[in-house]
Amino acid sequence: MERNEKSNDKFNLSTWKDFFKYLKPYKKDFLILIGLNVLLGAMDSSFPLLSKYAIDNFVETKNLNGMGYFASFYFAAILLMSIIIYLFIAQAGKLETKIAYDIRKLGFAKLQELPLSYYDDKAVGWLMARMTSDIARLSETISWGMVDFAWGFAMMTGVTIYMFILNAKLALITLSVIPPLAILSVYFQKKILNAQRKVRRINSQITGAYNEDIQGAKTTKTLVREDLNLEEFSYLTTSLRNSAIKATKISSIYLPLVLLCGSIGTAMAITFGGKFAMAGIISYGTLVAFLSYAAQFFEPVRQMAVIFAEVQAAQASAERVFSLLQEEPRIKDRDDVIEKYGSIFEPKMEKWPEINGKVEFKNVNFSYKDGEVVLDNFNLVVNPGETIALVGETGSGKSTIVNLFCRFYEPTNGDILIDGINYKDMPQNWIHENLGYVLQSPHLFSGTIKENIKYGKLDATDEEIVEASKLVDAHEFIMNTEKKYDTEVGEGGNLLSTGQKQLISFARAMVRNPRLFVLDEATSSIDTETEKIIQDAIQKVLKDRTSFVIAHRLSTIRNADRILVVRDGKITESGNHKELIKLKGYYYNLYTNQFIDEESKNILG
Amino acid sequence: MKEFKKLLQFSKGYNLMYFFAILSIIISQVFNIISPLIIRTTIDSIIGSEPITSIYIQKLVNFLGGKEFLNKRLWIIGIVIICNAALRGLFLYLKNTLASKSAETIAKRIRDKLYDNIQRLPYDYHVKADTGELIQKCTSDVDTIRRFLAIQLVEVAGSIFMLTFILGIIANLNKKMVIISIVFLPFIFGFAVVFFKKVRYNFEKADESEAKLSTTLQENLTGIRVVKAFSQERYELEKFDVRNQEYRKLSNKLVSNLAMYWSISDFFSMTQVGLVIVLGSYLTVKGELTLGTLIAFVSYINMLVWPIRQMGRTLTDMGKALVSIKRIDEILSQPIEELVINGEEPVIEGNIEFKNVYFEYEKDRPVLKDISFTANKGDTVAIIGSTGSGKSSLVHLLPRLYEYNKGSVKIDGIELNTIDKYWIRKNIGLVLQEPFLYAKTIKENIRLSNPKMPDIKVFNAAKIAKIHDDINSFEEKYDTVVGERGVSLSGGQKQRMSIARTIINESPIVIFDDSLSAVDTETDIEIRKALNLRKHKATTIIISHRISTVSEADLILVVDKGKIIQRGTHKELIEKDGLYKRVYNIQSSYDEE
Repeated sequence: MERNEKSNDKFNLSTWKDFFKYLKPYKKDFLILIGLNVLLGAMDSSFPLLSKYAIDNFVETKNLNGMGYFASFYFAAILLMSIIIYLFIAQAGKLETKIAYDIRKLGFAKLQELPLSYYDDKAVGWLMARMTSDIARLSETISWGMVDFAWGFAMMTGVTIYMFILNAKLALITLSVIPPLAILSVYFQKKILNAQRKVRRINSQITGAYNEDIQGAKTTKTLVREDLNLEEFSYLTTSLRNSAIKATKISSIYLPLVLLCGSIGTAMAITFGGKFAMAGIISYGTLVAFLSYAAQFFEPVRQMAVIFAEVQAAQASAERVFSLLQEEPRIKDRDDVIEKYGSIFEPKMEKWPEINGKVEFKNVNFSYKDGEVVLDNFNLVVNPGETIALVGETGSGKSTIVNLFCRFYEPTNGDILIDGINYKDMPQNWIHENLGYVLQSPHLFSGTIKENIKYGKLDATDEEIVEASKLVDAHEFIMNTEKKYDTEVGEGGNLLSTGQKQLISFARAMVRNPRLFVLDEATSSIDTETEKIIQDAIQKVLKDRTSFVIAHRLSTIRNADRILVVRDGKITESGNHKELIKLKGYYYNLYTNQFIDEESKNILG
Repeated sequence: MKEFKKLLQFSKGYNLMYFFAILSIIISQVFNIISPLIIRTTIDSIIGSEPITSIYIQKLVNFLGGKEFLNKRLWIIGIVIICNAALRGLFLYLKNTLASKSAETIAKRIRDKLYDNIQRLPYDYHVKADTGELIQKCTSDVDTIRRFLAIQLVEVAGSIFMLTFILGIIANLNKKMVIISIVFLPFIFGFAVVFFKKVRYNFEKADESEAKLSTTLQENLTGIRVVKAFSQERYELEKFDVRNQEYRKLSNKLVSNLAMYWSISDFFSMTQVGLVIVLGSYLTVKGELTLGTLIAFVSYINMLVWPIRQMGRTLTDMGKALVSIKRIDEILSQPIEELVINGEEPVIEGNIEFKNVYFEYEKDRPVLKDISFTANKGDTVAIIGSTGSGKSSLVHLLPRLYEYNKGSVKIDGIELNTIDKYWIRKNIGLVLQEPFLYAKTIKENIRLSNPKMPDIKVFNAAKIAKIHDDINSFEEKYDTVVGERGVSLSGGQKQRMSIARTIINESPIVIFDDSLSAVDTETDIEIRKALNLRKHKATTIIISHRISTVSEADLILVVDKGKIIQRGTHKELIEKDGLYKRVYNIQSSYDEE
């Protein structure tokens, strides 16, 4: 991320061109807003004229005729202005929320479409930042930036025009301070923004350090690292302090410089304007109007410099958001497949053939983006209802086999056939609709137990839910919770124990009565009692379904129809438990080493 | 106001600077207020022919050469205006810099203090700590206080001064006009206060909704595998859309509120200015005011209206600072561990003696009951037992993470609770069950307790912990950063890292709290072999469920429900019926198969 931020100092037109494509739907809103703003700017710049009128027509002539009208007019102008201000803020704010809403929706839909491989090398926090702060900044800069720009522009144009109408010579003299002011503003705003960016970066490091402070407290204590920690942290806070002071200093130099420029404008207005007034070239009212204009046109210049800098800062956000929106999914249903069977968001499920459960890997090759070969000419035939246990070390390729089977990845070469149909000829969700999937660390969504089980089948009836729960022995513990099936599971299911989460994730998979099943078994220990219940559940679940199990539990492996030992992307041993024990190979070793451990734990409880 | 007193402990050495910041804003306001007077005098008396009413201004005009002189040389007035602005700018700069320096320093001190307090809170506190809330306090609450000091307090002080000063000046100019000029100000101020109080609820609502949206997003992203496996993309999109719409709706409501506020408040403010212009013109025509005075009034009212409006808002925000100070104090007032009390550093050799030790977390619910055993220097004691049997609590007593309630623990004959925590922890290496690695490089993680440790020692420790080869397989080897931003290690790798960083210290006592559970049996054996080969063999306490791990110990303790139910060597224990033998038998039954 830090790299990204640095590469974006130059204004990149193509990014913004991209962006305008996304803005098309809001053309009307923008036009209304810009219209309102031009009006606002024009009115803002007209107010000094009202003062001028009052001075020239009443004060100078010592005459009260028409004072009532003037007062009413002035009041009406204020009223109108207030209404415009209301409309403009409401309109700009609503446009901002609308754009943010739409882009978030687009982004989220894209995230759902992207295959799992996209997520392999991306941290959740990284994606979150794109979907939240980047989008927020982008929509804010766009809607407010544009309108503020329109206001500033209208205001400046208005002021300039009025000044020239009043007196061209004096206008030229007074306005001569604008060019240096503009240059100064742009220069400083950029510096200010960079300084603030640095402050934010250190700030996020500090948040990270606090996180470590809390999470690592036990480690700190056992290693007696308190003083060293504080020293390191203090270094961070010192650099935050210094950068924050520096950022303040830069903006504190800028503001006085603006004031100085303003005072030069005023000084010139009074020096020359005063002369003109004495010579009778301009009226007193005009002099006063010039004086207030001289003070007024700094705000828009400053404002525009701020926007200019903000747009540059938002560019990095824009690029990040677009790179997400424009990401090409590596796994994508072909157009003819979508035509025939529907898209992810609008599937035509009635046309999908039912799955019986024969699975065939045919000369499958798979390599990662970086070219690392995981599977090379891999062949495997699984009969309907067969349970395959995959055993092997991390990185051996067993997860890849499962991911390919689920079509989370697609083979680089070769085919995978389900019931003889190449799965690329079908939509991705064809498999997923028929799949029961239980993960090593079960992930539940916040909501009730019932909602979580329903996740497997959105239109499941209460009976079906209870039935599925009973099948995996989850019913009993659910009935023992306070609100039974309506018990909240908390964020990520964290109000439940790991074992309970596991059982619900089994029920979730079972409620859809899937033909295909994938189980990524947990290595982490849970208490003996739950362990036993889960083992029973697993046996019931796997029965008569074509299943792949990344197996760690002895009982699961023993009961599998076939055990495959995978090493370096190849099947090195294949057969049932007894056959493999006889081989005295890898499986035998694994078995004697690891499973004794497991059983000992069971006894100790 | 007692909350603000709490801030004083952090402001030492910066009170004067902060005072000067406030002084600077007042001085800059003076220059700000003077500038309309300059213009007024110029228009009325230099260009016009009105007499100068104030003697001070008369003196100044005389000093600059007198009316006639200046009338011919208006540029002098121009320079006065510029100088005035320059001085105002200078003091504004001083105000900002001084306020920022003191506020940032105070914030830094608060941050450091919070950080230090958190790490020195007792072990027990951290077992129950709510990370999110603590971080919230350390970051956004500190920031609220910082802003309060750096911006709000100074601004309000400046505004109040300006208000009184301007009122003082215009009171001398024209009494009627004073009333005209301030009639709307209370409304403008009051409206801001009332509005921001009222709308705070809507702000909170929108924040909550945004948080919910983030949570939904986060749940989706962390569970994306489940989403895809269950083909619930459409359902997820609909779920997200509900939140997305809700957030948009609440944001829009807020936008409407703000639009309402700004327009009404602008209306009041502009009306106030308009009133001064219209009635002021009227009074000028009537001859009660000079043109210059009118212009001065217009300038002053412009100067007053906007800060008053801002002040209404700032005051409501300042309320938040009070709350933040209170919240931070919740952390700061927690009792922390005293690591050094007597400062004595007795030589620790590693003889341990437990005598009738009792321990309880909550009253009358003892976790350890009547624990007695002895380990001599260099011995290995193994503890085996079920989860929740109290074996972890037992070893946590040694580095004084918890204090025993009854009985006696002696290290080399010294009662444990008289040895400073700092010193005993320095001498005991405890490898935790769930190791925490810092977001640093691997090398830094291994020499965590002493960054000056030479590389060769780091490599040796890594070799003993059997993590050296793993490390070398990473692209950047020992300079690989671990954690969220770097390489994520497996459970077994983490455990071995944590062993390496513990044994590098060569403490006389080393405790493994089930810290080989994710390491496979073979590696486990190799690590222990390597440990035994070291020159100064440490007194070792190992918690494990593996018979192979515990079998070589000089003493094996079988713990159940807080009590030692069996003790002896492996040979002795397999002769007796009991838990140990039952566990052991599984091993034999596997061998036969």
